[in-house]
Amino acid sequence: MSANGGQPSIISARNLTITFGHGADAVQAVRGIDFDVPAGTCFGIVGESGSGKSTILRALSGLNLDWTGDVTIDGRDRTHIGRRAFYRLLQMVFQDPYGSLHPKRTIDSTLGEPLYIHGIGGRGERIERVLREVGLDSSFRFRYPHQISGGQRQRVAIARALILEPKILLLDEPTSSLDVSVQAEILNLLDSLRRDRGLTYVLVTHNLAVVSQMCDQLVVMNRGRIVEEMGVEALMEGRTSHPYTSQLLEASRGYDREAARELKTFD
Amino acid sequence: MTDTPATTPPGPRGGWRDWLLADVPKSATQAFLGRFYLGWRSFARNRLALIGLGIVIVLALLAAFAPWIAPYDPFAQNLGQRLLPPSWEHFAGTDELGRDILSRIFHGARITLYIVALTAIIAAPVGLIVGTVAGYFGGIVDIVLMRITDIFLAFPKLILALAFVAALGPGIDNAVIAIAITAWPAYARVARAETLTFRRSDFIAAVRLQGASRGRIVLFHIVPLCLPSIIVRVTLDMAGIILTAAGLGFLGLGAQPPAPEWGAMISTGRQFILDQWWVATVPGIAIFVVSLGFNLLGDGLRDVLDPKAR
Amino acid sequence: MAGTRPLLEVEDLNVRYPSHKGWVEAVRGVSFTLGREKLGIVGESGSGKSTTGRAIMGLIRPPGEVTAKRLVFDGRDMNAMSERQKRSLRGDQLTMVMQDPKFSLNPVMRVGEQIAEAFRIHHASGRGAARRRAIEMLEAVRIREPERVYRAYPHELSGGMGQRAMIAMMLVSNPRLMIADEPTSALDVTVQMQVLGILDDLVSERGMGLIFISHDLNLVASFCDRILIMYAGRVVEICRAARLHQARHPYTRGLLDALPRVEARQERLATLTRDPSWLTGETIVDDGAGT
Repeated sequence: MSANGGQPSIISARNLTITFGHGADAVQAVRGIDFDVPAGTCFGIVGESGSGKSTILRALSGLNLDWTGDVTIDGRDRTHIGRRAFYRLLQMVFQDPYGSLHPKRTIDSTLGEPLYIHGIGGRGERIERVLREVGLDSSFRFRYPHQISGGQRQRVAIARALILEPKILLLDEPTSSLDVSVQAEILNLLDSLRRDRGLTYVLVTHNLAVVSQMCDQLVVMNRGRIVEEMGVEALMEGRTSHPYTSQLLEASRGYDREAARELKTFD
Repeated sequence: MTDTPATTPPGPRGGWRDWLLADVPKSATQAFLGRFYLGWRSFARNRLALIGLGIVIVLALLAAFAPWIAPYDPFAQNLGQRLLPPSWEHFAGTDELGRDILSRIFHGARITLYIVALTAIIAAPVGLIVGTVAGYFGGIVDIVLMRITDIFLAFPKLILALAFVAALGPGIDNAVIAIAITAWPAYARVARAETLTFRRSDFIAAVRLQGASRGRIVLFHIVPLCLPSIIVRVTLDMAGIILTAAGLGFLGLGAQPPAPEWGAMISTGRQFILDQWWVATVPGIAIFVVSLGFNLLGDGLRDVLDPKAR
Repeated sequence: MAGTRPLLEVEDLNVRYPSHKGWVEAVRGVSFTLGREKLGIVGESGSGKSTTGRAIMGLIRPPGEVTAKRLVFDGRDMNAMSERQKRSLRGDQLTMVMQDPKFSLNPVMRVGEQIAEAFRIHHASGRGAARRRAIEMLEAVRIREPERVYRAYPHELSGGMGQRAMIAMMLVSNPRLMIADEPTSALDVTVQMQVLGILDDLVSERGMGLIFISHDLNLVASFCDRILIMYAGRVVEICRAARLHQARHPYTRGLLDALPRVEARQERLATLTRDPSWLTGETIVDDGAGT
């Protein structure tokens, strides 16, 4: 499982296992998976709810510490990277733009916080610059989240993730709670930011069309395991090797009376 | 971005109201004031809450200007004029030492306000910090802090306050300390419950990912979210605090004579309740009105500050 | 459809809410008729699609205001009905399925008992008969172990199972019209397909009318018979589902073009430029032409 086209991988996981609970109640949400994310690419993790796809992001980001295995990020062992350095290397964008911004803080205060924590000066300028980069003008700076739309909130969340200038962005269903027209804008924005800044994305989604639009490579997960790893060309052409992937692909094309009767569950 | 057009398009009106309600605030101060103004507008729609606010403001004004508006010296005894019924000369009559009761009520407002304000200043922050820390840190910290809270909650408030005053010695400052000691556990409970609803939210996860320390998260991100419900709770508790203070005063453990504390005034008036009703009744009415005022204010604040109660 | 009486006739439906900036008109002049078919209502958030469904159900509460020139269900004028008559219609002949079953089921009551209860409200029947009926309904929504699900509490069911139980509860009284508001949006695609299969059978086998409210264009196009596209509280286009991809309204076209596709990557996804004329222009009707 080597990195694509000789590019060095910026994230590599070996035997990553994530467990919830202890003792008899322990549930393995992710069961010993391996993957490599080539630097500067967008890597898709696809699956349904309970597949463990979001759990992987929470473990990579350090929000969940109950994992085992070997994870290397930017050439260093994940456990050996200092807290502050790590957060300037990797940031995350959450699914629900309504829940990911503090309701009582202005945009200015939300974006200024990381700069303050890391002792970075020139806050006003940096905030205005990053707002411009995500397509918001400075009139948004002193608004509260409840005064702006869902798409604008997600732009603010992206700005917050970018303000520390990380190399890696973890995207957890970044557009699945947005309207289609807004989704298109956010996907375009994410795509151009990645090109301009040479970012690496790990994109978690259940939407195969979004993967086709954004990603270079993807893994399909079912019940904590990777069932298929493929390039995006294979997905576009429908060359799937695992029946679970084929079923997902079939379902993504819309409702079909016959197909609906033949659905299976996979273990 | 909303597709729904408002029927009245925002036209140029000018003035401070537009500045406050600007969709595009130009500074953090303007944004904050705009928010405050919207809160005030919804508060002001509630008549009873306005009455409550009015009562509390009157209490504050009476306390501030007592020496100037009180018709007599609250301590001046005049044994020739003892136990006079209400009249044009003494609106609320005189007590057993011939002191003007109305003047004593006005001066007593100072004591009441002092007790209420000091208790709030001591108890609310303690409860807020204990509750948010317990809620956010969880685990052993939570267990230890909340069991301590439970111990305090296991005693009736007045009894616990009595015990503390008995240990510390009677007097108004000790009464305040005793009341504060009995008041904070309730705030800790409220703050912890609120914290539990926020601790797993994405916006807290996001600040964690920016490297914010746990102290910073609790202080700058969780506490502001718990503050509204604590403010509401404290306001609603004011009535209870006033009653506890009056209770302590009544039992002779609060403010000491000749201080015109309302509870102590009722206590002395008790001896004359059958023949000279006004001596005990007037401070009783004062306690009732002020308690009611705080309750009405608290209810109004809850409607504005606590979206869950709507 | 000619000759048969439509199940639902809606003419000039308006819903508005007061706000601190004046009235906000959530639904403006919506008109349509529904036969025994699957009618999709598509639109983005704030387009008024859910409000339309709720208004037909009579679920808009004050201070919201609903007006309609005509609102006729199965030949009966709902405008002339008392609140009491409407209530007896709701839950019996007219039902609604919401997005999240967790909010619609009583968390402290067994699922089956809730279904039986719903049956007993509208039918004078004994406990045993209601119980049998509830089990039948759970079977009708293809729940494999109806007895077990009957005894379960809502939190013990998965999302897909909960939504099926919800539909079973709606079906127990044999409704003529079901309004489903994003009934499958919270479900995984495979479960979504199964739930849609059940709804599909209900329409074709029982002759029920279905209003399917969704934001998902592809899903509605593949599932429904006809589609209303709503924008800013108005219906901007009505077309046959099979002809959605030939839609003519620039808003509909914009939505279709903004969708990413599995088969091919676009250099940039088309974004929507909103035109003020969409707020007032004529509704484009492509109803049955060419079919």
